[in-house]
Amino acid sequence: MNSFGYHIILLLFTALSLPAGNFAFAKDLEVCNTCAWTSIKQAVEAAEEGDRILVRSGIYYENSITINKKISLSGKGNPVIDAGKMNGIFTIDKTDSVLIEGFILRNVEVSYRKDFAAIKVFRSNYCIIRNNSIENAFFGIQLEKSDYTSVLENKVVGEAIKEASSGNAIHLWYCNNASIEGNYLQGHRDGIYFEFVSSSVIRNNRSTGNLRYGLHFMFSDNNLYQENTFSKNGAGVAVMYSKGIEMTGNLFSDNWGAAAYGLLLKDITDSSIRRNTFSGNTIGVHAEGSNRLQVEQNTWTRNGWAFKIMGSCDEVKITENNFISNTFEVSSGAARAGSNVFDGNYWSSYTGYDLDKDGSGDVPHRPVKLFSYLLEKSPHAIVLLRSMFTDLLELAEKVTPVLTPEFIKDENPSIKIIKW
Amino acid sequence: MNNSLKIIKYTFYDTLRSWWAILYFMFFLLVTGGLLYFSAGFTHSVASILNIILFIVPLVSIVFGIMYYYNSREFALLLMAQPLRRRQLFLGQYLGLAGSLSLSFLAGIGLVFLLFGSMEAIGLLLMLMFAGTVLSFIFTAVALWVGVQYEDRTKGFGIAILIWLFALVIYDGLFLAFLFVFEEYPLEKAATGFSILNPVDLARIMVMLRLESAALLGFTGAVFNKFFGTVSGIAVSGFAMLLWVFLPLQSFLRKAGNKDF
Amino acid sequence: MIRIENVEKSFRKLPVLKGVEVEMEKGKIYAFLGPNGSGKTTLLKSILGLVKPDKGAIYIAGQDIQKNWEYRRRIGYMPQIAHFPENLNVEELFRMIRDIREMKGDNEELVKYFQLEKHLKSPLKTLSGGMKQKVNAILALMFDPEILIFDEPSTGLDPVSHLKLKQLILRERDRGKTILITTHILSEVGELADEIIFLLDGKIFFQGTTEELLASQEEKNLERAIAKITDREEFEKLAKREQHTSAVSRLFHWVA
Repeated sequence: MNSFGYHIILLLFTALSLPAGNFAFAKDLEVCNTCAWTSIKQAVEAAEEGDRILVRSGIYYENSITINKKISLSGKGNPVIDAGKMNGIFTIDKTDSVLIEGFILRNVEVSYRKDFAAIKVFRSNYCIIRNNSIENAFFGIQLEKSDYTSVLENKVVGEAIKEASSGNAIHLWYCNNASIEGNYLQGHRDGIYFEFVSSSVIRNNRSTGNLRYGLHFMFSDNNLYQENTFSKNGAGVAVMYSKGIEMTGNLFSDNWGAAAYGLLLKDITDSSIRRNTFSGNTIGVHAEGSNRLQVEQNTWTRNGWAFKIMGSCDEVKITENNFISNTFEVSSGAARAGSNVFDGNYWSSYTGYDLDKDGSGDVPHRPVKLFSYLLEKSPHAIVLLRSMFTDLLELAEKVTPVLTPEFIKDENPSIKIIKW
Repeated sequence: MNNSLKIIKYTFYDTLRSWWAILYFMFFLLVTGGLLYFSAGFTHSVASILNIILFIVPLVSIVFGIMYYYNSREFALLLMAQPLRRRQLFLGQYLGLAGSLSLSFLAGIGLVFLLFGSMEAIGLLLMLMFAGTVLSFIFTAVALWVGVQYEDRTKGFGIAILIWLFALVIYDGLFLAFLFVFEEYPLEKAATGFSILNPVDLARIMVMLRLESAALLGFTGAVFNKFFGTVSGIAVSGFAMLLWVFLPLQSFLRKAGNKDF
Repeated sequence: MIRIENVEKSFRKLPVLKGVEVEMEKGKIYAFLGPNGSGKTTLLKSILGLVKPDKGAIYIAGQDIQKNWEYRRRIGYMPQIAHFPENLNVEELFRMIRDIREMKGDNEELVKYFQLEKHLKSPLKTLSGGMKQKVNAILALMFDPEILIFDEPSTGLDPVSHLKLKQLILRERDRGKTILITTHILSEVGELADEIIFLLDGKIFFQGTTEELLASQEEKNLERAIAKITDREEFEKLAKREQHTSAVSRLFHWVA
C-alpha cells in the first residue's frame, strides 16, 4: 500500500470512527445519594469526552471541580452545590463546547488573592452556561479569553456589602462573540463587566441593586446591548473607552447618588443610543469625551439632570427625543459650542407656541437653566431648588441671558410628545 | 371647658366668617384647581402648587395676623378685664387665628384634591398640607409677636412684610452668596444648617424630597442625603419646624403677659 | 372694697403714678377727675390688672390682686370705645363673655331696658356706635358684679340711653355696689358722684364730696373749682378779666 492509500484509509477510519465513537460509546453518568456516583467531582474525573453527567437533586458539598474534557453537566431537579466558602465551584479549563445547566451554586469563597467564581470559563470556546442559579458567590460567571460563549437565563444574586470585597455577577475579559441573554443579576459589584470584549450581544438582562455599575464596559468595541433593564445600581451604567456600541431599547432607572448615572459615557465614539428610557436617575446621561453619537428617540422622565454633555463632546446629535418632567434638562460644563446638535426634541418645559401649526415651536428652546449652571460651581446650592430666589434669578436670566450658554438650543422643539 | 378653648372657639367663628377667610379659601380652590385642571396630573403641578403655598401662606398669615392683632386691641382690653389669664387669652387668640387660616387653606386644597387628585398622590398632598399648616402657624405667631413689639401699626406692618420678604427671598439670596464665597470648603453641614434655619426653606425641602428626590438626594453628597433622607433627619426637620412655631409664640405670649396695655 | 396702697408706676422712666393712696367703699360712686396725664387712666387700668404697678399694692375685697386674675370676677368694666369682633353677633358676644366668666349673667332685662331686642342677631359690624356702647354697658352690668368701672360712659350714647344708664348706675349704687367713673361731663359728676377723687401729677390731690371740693377751693361752681386746681395761674388771670364763661369752658376740654 502506498502512502497515499494509507492516508485514504486513515482518513476514512477517522471520519467513521469519530462520530461513531460518540454515538457508540457516549454514556450518561448519574450522580445522587444512592447512585453509582455520589460525588460530582469523581463523576467528572471518570467521564470521557462526549459523556453526559446528570446530577439529581440533593445538596453536594464540593468545590474546585475542573472540567477539561468535552462533556455536559446537567442538574436535574435543581441540585445544590455548596462550596462552603472554600474556593470556586466549576472551572472549564481549555476545553471547548462544555455545557453547564440547571444547577444551584452556593457560597463561593471571597478572597483578595484569587478571583473565585461559581463558574469559570478559561481559554475555552463554544461553551454554554444556562439556567443556573448562583447564590452568594464572589464572582458569578467568569469568562477569560474564551470566544463564542453563551450565558443564558442565569440568575446571579449576591450579598455584597462592600465594593472592595465583592466580585462581578458576569465578568468577561478578553472575549469575543459572546451572548449574554436573559440573565438576572443582583447584589454584586458590577452586574455585567466587559473588558476587552468585542462583537458581543447583551440582551434582555435585568441588572439591579449592584454596588457599582449595572453594566460596566471598558475597551470593548463593536458590541450591541438592547432591551436590558438597569435599575437601582449604585452608579448606574458605565460605558467607557469603546467605539461602535449600539445601545437600543434599554431601561435605565432609579440610579440615585452623588455619582450615579443612568448612563455614563466616557470616550465613546461612533455609537448610537436609540429608544432607551431614562427614568428617575440623578443624572440620566452623562457624556464626556464622546464623539459622533446618534442619540435618537429616547425618553427621559423625572431625572435630576436629563443630559449632561460636557465640553469635550463633538458631533453628538440629539434628535427626536422626549424630555419629560426632568428637574434639569441639559447641563453643559463648558462654554464652548462644539458641534453638538439638539433638534426636533420634545421638551415638557417648553413655554413657546406654535402659531404656524407645523408641529414645532416657533421660538427655539433653551434647555440649559441658569440654576443648573450655578450648580456646576456650587453643588450644594441644590437645596435652593425651586426657591423663590432662584426662580427670580431664572426669570431675570430668561429676559436677559448673561450666564447660560447661548448656543445650546433646539431650533425646532416638538410641540407634542414624540411617538414611534 | 378650658379658657383658651373658649377663646379659640370665638376667634375661630369670628375669623372664619370674615371675607379674608373666604377669599383665602377661594384662592386656593381656584388657583390650585386651575393648575390641576390644565396640567397632566397632580404630581406634575405639585411644584407649582408648592411655590404658591410657600409664597401665599406666609404672606397671608403674617398680614392677616398683624391686622387681626391691631384691630382686636380694644377688644383684647375688654377681655383682659375679664377673669381670665392673659396667657390663656392670647394663646386662644393665636390658636383660633392660625387654626382658621389653616382650615381655609386645607379646605381649599383638599377640595381640589377630591375633585382632581388621585390616590397615589395622597402622600404628596399630605406633605403639602403639612407644610402649609405649619407655615400658617409659624407666620401667625411671628405676626402676633411683631404686633406686640410695635404699638405703631405702620411700623409693625412694615416689619412684618420685611420678615416675610426675608424668609422668602432675601435669606436664600444670602445663602447662595455664602455658598459661592466659601465654595472651596466642604459645605454639606453648613448647607443643611442653613436650610433648617429658615422655615420656608425647610418646608420647601421637605416637599421637594418627595417630589424631585432624584436631583436632591443625588448631588449634595452623603451628609445632606443622610440628613433629610432618614428618619432622624425627618425628625430633626419636624422638630425644627415646631421650634419655629414655638419660639415666636412663646416670646409673643411672654411679652403680652407682662405688658402694660 | 378697694384699697390702693402707695402705688407707683412709670412708663419708660416717666413717672405717671407717684405713690397713690386711696380707699373706696361699698355703696358709693367715685368720680375720677384730673387733667390729661394726671394718671387716672393708669390707675383704673391698674385696678383692672391691665397695667402692673412698679410698687405698692392694690387690694380688692381684702385680696392682693398681684398675680391674681380671679378677682376680676367681681368687676364689670365698660371701656370708652366699644370695639368687638366684627363677625360675631350680639348674642354670640354675650355668650362668649358668659362662657369666659363662667357665670350665668342676666342680659335679657338689660337688653329690653336698652331696647336692643331686635339687634340680638345682628353682626356687630353692622351696629352703630351708640348701639355698640349699649352692648358695652350691658356686658359690664349683666353679671351683677360688686365693682363697676365706667370709662367715659356717655361717649356716643343718645340722650335717652344716657339718662337710662345714669339711672342704672344710681340703682346699682343703692344696691351696694362700688362704682368708679371717669367723665369729662361735669354735670354727670354733680348728678352721680358721692365722692370725687382728683388726681394731679400722679398723686391724689383731693378726695371728698363735691361740697368739700367746692369749700376747699372757695368756689360755688365745680368748673371753676376744678379750673382753679388744674392751672391756678391761668385761672387767676381769667378771673381777673371776669371773662370766665367762654374761656374757662375751653380750658375744660382738656380737664378730666
